[in-house]
Amino acid sequence: MQRIGVFVCWCGTNIAGTVDVVAVAEALKKEPGVVFSANYQYMCSQAGQDLIKAAVKEHNLTGIVVCSCSPRMHEATFRKTAAAAGLNPYMVEIANIREQCSWVHKDVPTGTEKAIILGKAAVAKVNLNVPLTPGESPVTKRALVIGGGIAGIQTALDIADAGFEVDIVEKKPTIGGKMAQLDKTFPTLDCAACILTPKMVDVAQNEKIRIFSYSEVTEVKGFVGNFDVTIKKKARYVKEELCTGCGACTEKCPMKKVPNDFNLNMDTKRAIYIPFAQAVPKVATIDADYCNMLKNGKCGVCSKVCAAGAIDYTQKDEFISEKYGAIVVATGFNPISMDKFDEFAYNQSKDVITSLEFERLTNAAGPTAGKLLRPSDGKHPEKIVFVQCVGSRCDACNEKGKEYCSKICCMYTAKHAMLTRDKYPDTDVTVFYIDVRTPGKNFDEFYRRAVEEYGVHYIKGMVGKVIPDGEKLIVQASDLIAGKQLKIDADLVVLAAAIEPDKSARPLATMLTASMDTNDFFTEAHPKLRPVESPTAGVFLSGACQGPKDIPETVAQAGAAASKVIGLLAKDKLTGNPCVAQSNEMMCNGCSTCERVCPYGAITYEDKEFRMPDRSTLIRRVASVNPAVCQGCGCCTVACPSGAMDLKGFASEQIIAEVDAICK
Amino acid sequence: MQKINRNVLVEKAVSLLENGTVCCVLGWKKGEFDYDITPAVFTTKEDIEANFVFDDFCGANFSKYLVQKTRKAEGKILVFLKSCDTYSFNQLLTEHRFDREKVYAVGIPCEGMVDINKIRAISGEGISSVECGEKITVNTIYDEKFEINASDVLLERCESCKSKLHVAYDELIGEEGEVLESNRFDEVAKLEAMTPDERFAFWQSELSKCIRCNACRDVCPACTCEKCVFDNPKSGVENKAPANEFEEKMFHIIRAFHVAGRCTDCGECSRVCPQHIPLHLLNRKFIKDINEFYGDYQAGAEVGSRAPLANYTTGDIEPSEVFDGRGE
Repeated sequence: MQRIGVFVCWCGTNIAGTVDVVAVAEALKKEPGVVFSANYQYMCSQAGQDLIKAAVKEHNLTGIVVCSCSPRMHEATFRKTAAAAGLNPYMVEIANIREQCSWVHKDVPTGTEKAIILGKAAVAKVNLNVPLTPGESPVTKRALVIGGGIAGIQTALDIADAGFEVDIVEKKPTIGGKMAQLDKTFPTLDCAACILTPKMVDVAQNEKIRIFSYSEVTEVKGFVGNFDVTIKKKARYVKEELCTGCGACTEKCPMKKVPNDFNLNMDTKRAIYIPFAQAVPKVATIDADYCNMLKNGKCGVCSKVCAAGAIDYTQKDEFISEKYGAIVVATGFNPISMDKFDEFAYNQSKDVITSLEFERLTNAAGPTAGKLLRPSDGKHPEKIVFVQCVGSRCDACNEKGKEYCSKICCMYTAKHAMLTRDKYPDTDVTVFYIDVRTPGKNFDEFYRRAVEEYGVHYIKGMVGKVIPDGEKLIVQASDLIAGKQLKIDADLVVLAAAIEPDKSARPLATMLTASMDTNDFFTEAHPKLRPVESPTAGVFLSGACQGPKDIPETVAQAGAAASKVIGLLAKDKLTGNPCVAQSNEMMCNGCSTCERVCPYGAITYEDKEFRMPDRSTLIRRVASVNPAVCQGCGCCTVACPSGAMDLKGFASEQIIAEVDAICK
Repeated sequence: MQKINRNVLVEKAVSLLENGTVCCVLGWKKGEFDYDITPAVFTTKEDIEANFVFDDFCGANFSKYLVQKTRKAEGKILVFLKSCDTYSFNQLLTEHRFDREKVYAVGIPCEGMVDINKIRAISGEGISSVECGEKITVNTIYDEKFEINASDVLLERCESCKSKLHVAYDELIGEEGEVLESNRFDEVAKLEAMTPDERFAFWQSELSKCIRCNACRDVCPACTCEKCVFDNPKSGVENKAPANEFEEKMFHIIRAFHVAGRCTDCGECSRVCPQHIPLHLLNRKFIKDINEFYGDYQAGAEVGSRAPLANYTTGDIEPSEVFDGRGE
């Protein structure tokens, strides 16, 4: 029989406000096995912990129940307290009477009743607890960064700077991401390429960093410290190690009508291309959908002009297996599709463009060499209307858009408006907005400059409709402050499209068993205290994959993620979780169901000899769990048809005892 | 009437036994009554020639017997498998329940087996003898004689036969059949169309007949656990008569959950139930749901296939969709 001590925490008024802590301590005193019960204002404080230690010694306690906050907050604290008092740390159970009780109930009788029930369940479990000892696992001292935008680049550079090897997997032929497509950056207006490309070069030159461009992660196995990752290097039909990036092939390729995705399809490229001048790696890639040689075997011009002999039409997708200790997700964002927003005539008129397209139109390396010209006729637009919040901050019932604020649009729209007025003072610029949100260092000053110095017309109100009318666009909108409907002409309409996580994020989250919110942004382990860690150990978050972010924020988060990775990789061994599965060989059928569902490959089978009651020997196939690999997820315990598989620390018997205690 | 004669199987069994390919034969022999055909292990030519039976009452699926028999047998075991039995055979192999090397499987054609209860419904009680010929001739102790078409009194599982294809064998007697368009889910659809109250009443009325004889469990080829939860004193449900409503339902529902995704729909549970509870409907509901949620899946169609319930693909239906689509 256990000798259990119950410790009820007030958590100031957090718990004591809605739970009669004295009554809880008294009630639990009567539970089987409980020999001591106490309550205290802050059990997690040094004095509270000393109370527990003293009680363990004085009453020879073998098990502890702490009725307090969520185990995510202080389970580790109380385990350490128990260990300091000479108890096995896994003899501690937490009854969560704060998040799951006092915070959700309003009156003391209900809160108290529930707290007692939760306490009883924890006591019932501790009665069946057994001491557990964790094992250790080694750490592969290499990190994987998925995504080669500014987030991935910064994370990789910071990790490499600490002396660890990093691989970047980027699905496009070059790293750089969205930032490489931008023209200027707010609020300082320095050129995006000027600050990004040196970093890209740093990545390329860093001995610790390998870039897998034009590649995707296809499989992730293992666990923190020991991930096994399969990377698909897509066939680019160019031998990376031979290509010098001279560009001869891209000049001679006769296939000229390939949409140029880097310029958002506003111009064309060749079937063999280098996305932009500063691409890293500067290696050509053949677009197999357009290349005549690959499609029907006729052409071969690039191969003839390539002095390096780098062209290889027979190249196949290549699969590479690598081991990593930590994985950083930096998959970034995309503007949402405007297909559902017919009211803005995006698909009807070439002169209705998104803000990212506007970036390319003003970029010196863009389709118009940086001259702001209308896509339809190449004329200079004299009246430009910017529409903010297109698809952002929509009602929950609006299926077209997103409920969240995309965060970056207010600032880049102010930037676009300001730059337009600066370069072309004769241009009339109007911005329609719901609110202008500028909470960042020097952000509001920036926006005010656009209005006050550059004379941009800001009108509070939404645009209802854009109607193409000959060469013009008619913009119907409301001016909420003047309280009137407006109908204004425009030569160009720029839509600040909401941003959403990259489509590759969802399948990746599945591979990583990392959680996502309903918008497919990765969820952080704690929204305030662990913002760059995913709840899945060893998986970290960098940049807009976790939520809309501007560049300064992205870079800050990238550095934070890197520091977390470094902290992990600096360890030689990780203490494992002793709550692992184990198979009862007498009951195991050897059916392999557990082996098939195990996400970590922790279960193997062996033929084992059993002595039967009649003294004969029987060889049976039974499951055995490798405790160093098992992560205690419990998949096998529920899949096992015979109930042979059980999870230490969460044994079926213990869980049933808890349920019984609650239902009694 | 079965297309294949008993003598063909006897000849095959004897020759394999005599030439040493197999050391024993799993087959059918007569029980107390003509219609009471039971599984048997034959080890001698004489025994086979005298007692081996194959007629319209040979419903028993031998696959499960292989789990225990292969452990003890010195050599190979000859087993005769009807097409439906081969699915159970494969499912057991998928679960590594016996050593394939220790089995010589002979696939045999089947025209459907008959249900003595349906015959009784025609003839009444007191059947004294049954003869399987072109028609089934039934004599009663009241000197009545009935001639019945086998096709009119087929077992439910044979009426809705899902496949005449043998998915596993070493040797096939007769011609290979094919997977059939079966109407086996029609009855499930009827249950689904009921209101929850009606459905509860239906199952309460059916399951309350249960006497906990465990025949369904004992015959089920998916129920091959080394130690069954219902034999475990700690489970709280061990060998217990259905003393209350909860227990009588839980036994069958727990069992249905335990075999979900592994049940090949061989129909043995309903065949052997002395209380004539349509137990197969519970399992079929699972199969139908699995098919609808995850795409068609037939347990045992191939060895080593991953049942959707014990597998994960990114295309899997989200639990919320299951609830939204079918919640009541």
